[in-house]
Formats: sequence, C-alpha cells, structure tokens
Amino acid sequence: MSAPAQPNSFRTGPDERGHFGMFGGRFVAETLMPNILELEKAYDEAKADPSFKADMDSYMAHYIGRPSPLYFAERMTEHLGGAKIYFKREELNHTGAHKVNNVLGQILLARRMGKKRIIAETGAGQHGVATATLCARFGLECIVYMGAVDVERQKPNVFRMKMLGAEVVPVQSGTKTLKDAMNEALRDWVTNVADTFYCIGTVAGPHPYPAMVRDFQCVIGNETRVQMMQAEGRLPDSLVACIGGGSNAIGLFHPFLDDRGIEIYGVEAAGHGLDKLHAASLSGGRPGVLHGNRTYLLMNEDGQIQDAHSISAGLDYPGIGPEHAWLHDVGRVNYISATDDEALAAFQLCSKLEGILPALEPSHALAKVMDLAPTKPKDHLMVVNISGRGDKDIPQIAEILGAKI
Amino acid sequence: MTQRIEARFEKCRAEGRAALVTYVMAGDPDLETSFEIMRNLPKAGADIVEFGMPFTDPMADGPAIQAAGLRSLKGGQNTIKTLDLVRRFRREDSDTPIILMGYFNPIYVYGVDRFLKDAKEAGVDGLIVVDLPPEEDDELCLPALSAGLAFIRLATPTTDDKRLPAVLANTAGFVYYVSITGITGAATPDFGKVSTAVERIKRHTPLPVVVGFGVKNGAHAAAIAKGADGVVVGSALIDALKGTLDPQERATSRSVEAVTTLVKELSEGVRSVSKRAAA
Repeated sequence: MSAPAQPNSFRTGPDERGHFGMFGGRFVAETLMPNILELEKAYDEAKADPSFKADMDSYMAHYIGRPSPLYFAERMTEHLGGAKIYFKREELNHTGAHKVNNVLGQILLARRMGKKRIIAETGAGQHGVATATLCARFGLECIVYMGAVDVERQKPNVFRMKMLGAEVVPVQSGTKTLKDAMNEALRDWVTNVADTFYCIGTVAGPHPYPAMVRDFQCVIGNETRVQMMQAEGRLPDSLVACIGGGSNAIGLFHPFLDDRGIEIYGVEAAGHGLDKLHAASLSGGRPGVLHGNRTYLLMNEDGQIQDAHSISAGLDYPGIGPEHAWLHDVGRVNYISATDDEALAAFQLCSKLEGILPALEPSHALAKVMDLAPTKPKDHLMVVNISGRGDKDIPQIAEILGAKI
Repeated sequence: MTQRIEARFEKCRAEGRAALVTYVMAGDPDLETSFEIMRNLPKAGADIVEFGMPFTDPMADGPAIQAAGLRSLKGGQNTIKTLDLVRRFRREDSDTPIILMGYFNPIYVYGVDRFLKDAKEAGVDGLIVVDLPPEEDDELCLPALSAGLAFIRLATPTTDDKRLPAVLANTAGFVYYVSITGITGAATPDFGKVSTAVERIKRHTPLPVVVGFGVKNGAHAAAIAKGADGVVVGSALIDALKGTLDPQERATSRSVEAVTTLVKELSEGVRSVSKRAAA
C-alpha cells in the first residue's frame, strides 16, 4: 500500500467531523451524541475565551509547577556515546506525570459547563490520580474506573486516589484492564449523561477528545521549543516518546510536526515481543473501530478485540489515538517498539546514571534512546519525554527483580 | 426493501395489538442451542426477531448481554456463523423479519459491502448498529439502504426535537426508542415518560416506534404496548437462558424452554392490550 500524499501541514487536523485522514470520527451510542456535541461547542467557546487561557496558565504555573525543566542528561549522553540527550521532565509535575496537563484543562471545562460529577478511566493510575487531584481541588465528585488487574498491580495509585476522595471502581468485565475500564466509563456516562463529565485520559475516544486532549498536552512541546532555543540556540534534531493511547507523545510531537527536518519516534510497547503478546497497535494491528474512533487496533480476523500485554499498565491498551494512526500512515512519525525486558533495563540504567526513576511507560522511550543515540553524531540534539515518575512502579519492579520491600 | 418488516407491523395492526420484538445473542451458549431457541421464538409469540452479533467490547450493554457475548465468542461464534444461523432460520420461516444487532467493528472488519451482500442474501431485513449515530451515516447506514436493508435507528431520551429529524432522516423499518438513558437490562423505565416520548417521536415520523431497554416481564410489556407499536425484550430472555446453564455455562435440557416460556408470557402481555379502540 503506498503512503497517502504528504499534506502541506501536519497540524491542521482534525476536520469538522473529527477525522484525521480516515481515522477518528464519532462512533458512539445516540444517547451520548448530544453530550458530545455540547462538549465540542463548550470547548470551542473556551478556546476563544482569554479568561480560560489565563486560568489554565495560572494553575499550570502555581499548582502543577510548570514549565517542567528540559534537562541535559549528561551521564546518559556520555554512556551512550552519541546524541546529546535531553529529558523533558514531565515526571516533575504535580501528581508525577504529564496526565495532569490534560486533566486541568478538562476539569476547568467541566466547571464552565456546570458539570458536578466527573468520571475517568485509568490504566496505570496516573490519569486517575490526576483526575482525583483536580476534583479534590475543585470540590467535584470523582469516580475512577480501573481494570481489576490494574488495581492489583498499581496499588500505590489506588490508595492515592482514595486519599484524594475519589471512588475507585475495579472493573471485572472482559480482560479487566484499561480497555474494559473505558467500556465501563462509557456505560456510566450513557447512564448519567445529564450531570456527568467524562474526563478521558488520552488522545482517543470520540471527537473532540483526541484534538482537545492533544491541545492540552501541547504545552510539553511548546515549552520544549522555547527551552531548547535557550539551551542550544536551535531546535532539536529528534524527539522520542512512548505511546499507549499517545497523549504524552502527541503533546511533545505536535508543535514540531511541520519542522520536517526533525526526526520523530513514537515507541509502542512490544510486551513479550511482537510475535507474542504485546500492545503495539501500529506494528501489530489493523484499522478498526473502538471506543468512539477509527484507529489501529489489535484484533482477530472477526474484528474481536484482542488482549494487549505490556509490563506497563499505562501502555496496556489494544488501540492508539487516531492522530497517531494518521501520522503513521502519512509517514511523518516513525513508530517503533520496545519490549518489557528492554524497558526494564532502561529503567535501571536511567536510575543509576541520572538519579531519576522513570515510570515504566517512558522507560520504553528510553530503551529506544539507548538504540538510537549511539548511531547519531555528538551534535545531534535528542529530546526524550520522561512522561512520568517510577514511584508507582516500585512494588511491581521489586517483585520482577525478586526483591522484598 | 423492508417488505417483511412492513407486512409484520401491518399484521399486528390488523390484529389490533403491538408487536413483540425479541433479542437473543447468536451462538449463546452454543450454536445448536442458539438455533433451537431462535426457531422457537416465532412459535412462542415473537413477531420480529433480533439476533445479537457478539462483540468483545459492547459499550452500550449491561452485564447480561456482555456475558452472553463472551459465552458466544468462547464457543467460536463469528460473523460468518451468525449469517449461517440466519440462513437456517430463513429456510424454515420466510415471513418473520430478522434484524441483526451489534457493534460496527466486526462488520467493518468483515467488509461493509461484503457484509451487506451476504446479510441480504441470508435473509436479513434490517440492522441495528449501536455505535453508528447519524453523524457516521456514510459508514454503513447509506450503503445498507442502497443494498435494500433497513437501517434502524435508536432514539433516546437525550434525542431532543432539534436532533430528531437528523436521527430519523435515513432510517427505515421502524424506530427503536431506548426507554432510559443507560445500558441494556438496567433500570425499569418510567412508563408515563416513555409514552410521552413515543408520542413525540410519532409526530416526526410515520414509521412504527418500538420501545426497548429495561422491559423484564409481561406486565412491563403490556404497559409499553399501550403507547408503542412494539416492545423489545433482550436482557430478560438472556437472563432466563443463563439461569438454566450448568456450572460450566453449557446448555441444559431446560434452556430452550426457559426462553420460550418467557416469550409466551411477554406475548400474552402485549396481546392483553387492545389498540383497536385507540385507532
């Protein structure tokens, strides 16, 4: 199959019906359609309102702690002996990951819309924690759906959410992971449509979510542009980020998509390997329709969704945001993958060399930095998004490494 | 193109009553039991039959239909086998309208044109695809209408007068009013509100309006039948079936009868309400 013709700009999507090329759309039950149209209208109004942006900027600075640093990873650079590696330190945000950027935007929007009840799905728990945090801050009711398997492997985050006043609902249906949490959140929304705002954690779901979540996450890439100019007097040569649904990646990538000289790498989770159980939708999936949008999905020949697997609960999803599916097909972003073992090795290396415990999710991106950086010259500037901190993964990693804590 | 559906509603009207529409999951709990259930539905009083096409991620369905889909998939059910069940049913029964109900992905992956051709040839009359609102009509609705299949739309309590014309624009066969904001098999609807909603929809369309979601017994069916042209029952039939399965979720000698017994009760409920006086 030949790649579609290259557009003049990669940053104009989606169209008014929510399509990025053939991907995206609004594949939801009729009950939700009026709500989705209401949300789209409210978001368009908020975007045009300077007071909304002023509110965002203020909370970004004083509550989340932005801008997050762009840090020169000197010892990692020396160790790998190639590209000059910079970390975009999203793990330093309040709540410990990039997720809070998007949640802040959606919660401020929910307040504008007068919605008092917030629901969310979560995989690793980072989006759930961020949602519970902002709901606590603004006195909103918060219900977080989390697969029962993930509740078990992300216990610290479950407890954090409860401390923040959220109700965590373990989802027992299907494979009991992120996709089932999303199904259950959609079922809740369809039932409580009048007073409920669904705070989706990634760049997936029906239009306008993929575009809206992306816009809220673009602060990552926008800051990186400014910070790299200050540090090096020029833009980076390459960007690397991990991808589950793809929100930290699109947030870093999107502001650079039209700088065509910049190489962009999205790293999917290859789990036990691409020929075994994995979560790499682009490498191992096909276009299909799930959770409100058309995108690449892991499924069998009958269109039944297959179990994803990743060591990282945050990447354990059989789909990917529709804009990534499009960027893959038009060839602007290189989508590659890292296995569980590669991610674990990168986690250990980064911890020892830089004194930074990355989450298992960005450890996938770091694993590919370990492959890519040595192949580049020393003046090549490579930015990797450290999208979350590893504290939440400590019990799981200790168990894998056979340590008692 | 929707002759069987039109003829069936005409027959019910002539008998002065609402139609009973039954939903069962194709392949639940296994292919042969499922076929036995299906072929006995019309005899027990079903006027229109809906066969569920199983999907791993049925985001608008409650626990009963979720579990039925997983049982069916575990038994190896797929789109090819579901269409085969339709063919077998059609060989014995050339009059009862058959509606396939499910989610878009299995149809999309099967191939829309191929699916429409195979479904039409198998004897399907209409489709209900939960995750295709009017905004996505190009995907399946318009091709289905061209292929001679009714694309039956769901209208819900959130579908207001402003939106109703869009929802009704490319529909055919009948309109399916979802009685609650929620998932299948959940809350029991407020029958007064349902009848107001049905009247509202009827002001916008000449098509029959059937009502489903939350209808559990003959009394519910009778209450709905007062205002609507038809009553849809699904989760309650699946619960009746599930109650007869053995601990390994296999069919037992009581399985088929448990479903047909409830269908008979529902049918009596529907038939207890004469609509002649109102007509």
